[in-house]
Amino acid sequence: MASIEVNGKSYEIDEEGYLVNLGEWNEEVGAYLAQTENVTMTEQHWEVVNFLRDYYNEFQIAPAVRVLTKAIGKKLGADKGNSQYLYELFPYGPAKQACKIAGLPKPTGCV
Amino acid sequence: MAGPEIKAPPFRDIPTIPALIPGAMAASKPYVANQKVQEGIGFRGELAENWQELAIEKMGDLLGKYRSLKVYMDSCVHCGACTDKCHYFIGTGDPKNMPVARQELMRSVYRRYFTLPGKLFPSLVGAKDLTKEVLDDWYSYFWQCSECRRCSLFCPYGIDTAEVTMAARAIMDHIGLGQKYSNEILAKVNKIGNNLGLPGPALEDTLQGLEEDVKEETGVDVKFPLDVKGADVLLITPSADFFAEPHIDSLIGYAKVFHAAGISWTLSSYASEAGNFGLFNGSYEMMQKVAMRIRDSALELGVKRIVVGECGHAWRVAYAFWNTLTGLGGGGTDPFSIELQKQLDPTFRQPSHICEVTWDLIQQGKLKFDKSANDHRTITFHDSCNVARASRMGDSPGGQFDIPRNIIKAVANNYVEMEKSTVREKTFCCGGGGGVLTDDLLDIRVKGALPRMEALKQVSDHDGVNFMATICAICKAQFTKVLPYYGFNMRVVGGVHQLVSTAIKLGDEQ
Repeated sequence: MASIEVNGKSYEIDEEGYLVNLGEWNEEVGAYLAQTENVTMTEQHWEVVNFLRDYYNEFQIAPAVRVLTKAIGKKLGADKGNSQYLYELFPYGPAKQACKIAGLPKPTGCV
Repeated sequence: MAGPEIKAPPFRDIPTIPALIPGAMAASKPYVANQKVQEGIGFRGELAENWQELAIEKMGDLLGKYRSLKVYMDSCVHCGACTDKCHYFIGTGDPKNMPVARQELMRSVYRRYFTLPGKLFPSLVGAKDLTKEVLDDWYSYFWQCSECRRCSLFCPYGIDTAEVTMAARAIMDHIGLGQKYSNEILAKVNKIGNNLGLPGPALEDTLQGLEEDVKEETGVDVKFPLDVKGADVLLITPSADFFAEPHIDSLIGYAKVFHAAGISWTLSSYASEAGNFGLFNGSYEMMQKVAMRIRDSALELGVKRIVVGECGHAWRVAYAFWNTLTGLGGGGTDPFSIELQKQLDPTFRQPSHICEVTWDLIQQGKLKFDKSANDHRTITFHDSCNVARASRMGDSPGGQFDIPRNIIKAVANNYVEMEKSTVREKTFCCGGGGGVLTDDLLDIRVKGALPRMEALKQVSDHDGVNFMATICAICKAQFTKVLPYYGFNMRVVGGVHQLVSTAIKLGDEQ
């Protein structure tokens, strides 16, 4: 199994670069994973990542894209409550790329 | 994503057969399922030491069990009618993606171990030992087939090449060489009830959110019921409908149809998945296990009717396999099948496709639409392979082609058909079907989408088409991802019930 090293500590990742042990996640690991995805993290990115983590803690799954956009819209204004905004932040798709950075498992199925 | 940059091939002049590029896609291999996933669904954890022996044994087992497979092994005369019919061959030029050549990977091994000339004089009859090199080719190229069966349509012997791919995958699963994407999904559906791994409380939360959204948008209380005992209809839909864009817009469409027609319905948190990846892997046992959740749920909820949402291969499994797998649809003789048959209302098709439900209601005058609400769209329809070539809808031949189109024409004013060699039974796969819809196979997915993208480009340039409707969760997810590679907006794809949702008049406002 592959691993990454952040601040002298080693973290297991799977073939696709997703963190294996979700409990090990911290912001430095998130920032590192973002780098591997060529995403430069800003405050807006962290808003999304933190929302994903909160939602995951409650429901053991990432939120539907629609749930995410609605939550972001409520928090940051209606102009940002759409998937286009999320794709600007996470070009490879908010569900998969943002999940990876947030240390969550990859959504599977026909998505 | 790591690896070489992925690019769409340039558009070609239609029609054309690509120049051969031997080995072009030999390096395409999906991630292998790990031990935990494999063992979780009852397969060997990793490639067994005696894998060759096990593979031959499994092949013999399948040949004995499925007469069809033996016929398909024996009857190909290499006429080549299928060669240029495959979207993956068209998109890659790799000769091993000619259906005849892909299946030859198995036929040559079949001849070596199961025919007399192949046992005695292998080189004279093109028989090959099952070496590691051959197995590598199997793993590459049988995961570059979406089991869409377009090639079979053109085969003079009617060889179902998808069944050969399924057998090859079943053999690879058996020896411990499973594909991560499909097998992870099978593990999740068995444990949680859907391919996504969406637990009941999350589903409930999502559905509540949708009720709020629709209320806000329309002012009407459209319900998204979950686990309601005694509802008339149980809707079985792909879990992507609860999660992804544009899938969720079709889910809203189904709910509006049920609301407007006054039909009591429910979703099930236990059977929250229409998709059945057991089909893709050629495992009847797995397919049955997944399908059983639906029967159990139907019995528990006491529903009278089972309706399947927009999911291509789910409809094939429901239409063609549910009756023998689960007794759903008639024919079962075990006590649960008999109980289910008593419970289901025989005046409806069991199961029904959501398009059949909507079209029946339209014909009965029970749904009203404001077609102009879709006037910003010029729409075409992409037939999904499993619906087109492996099922039927309604009471007349070709219903699976006509009914979705009839619905679109009933809810929208602007409809355009794509090039006739790419629609109805001749439809091209989206490029992501059959267990190929995974990020590690994005390269082949983009390349395999070429013929459909060319046909779309033609009607987009010529007729201003800006919406391609489809009734399959895989098609929707695949096109959302690959459309931008071909210069289209990802929102060009959507569901038939997304269009219904836009135009439907909800009873309360009339």
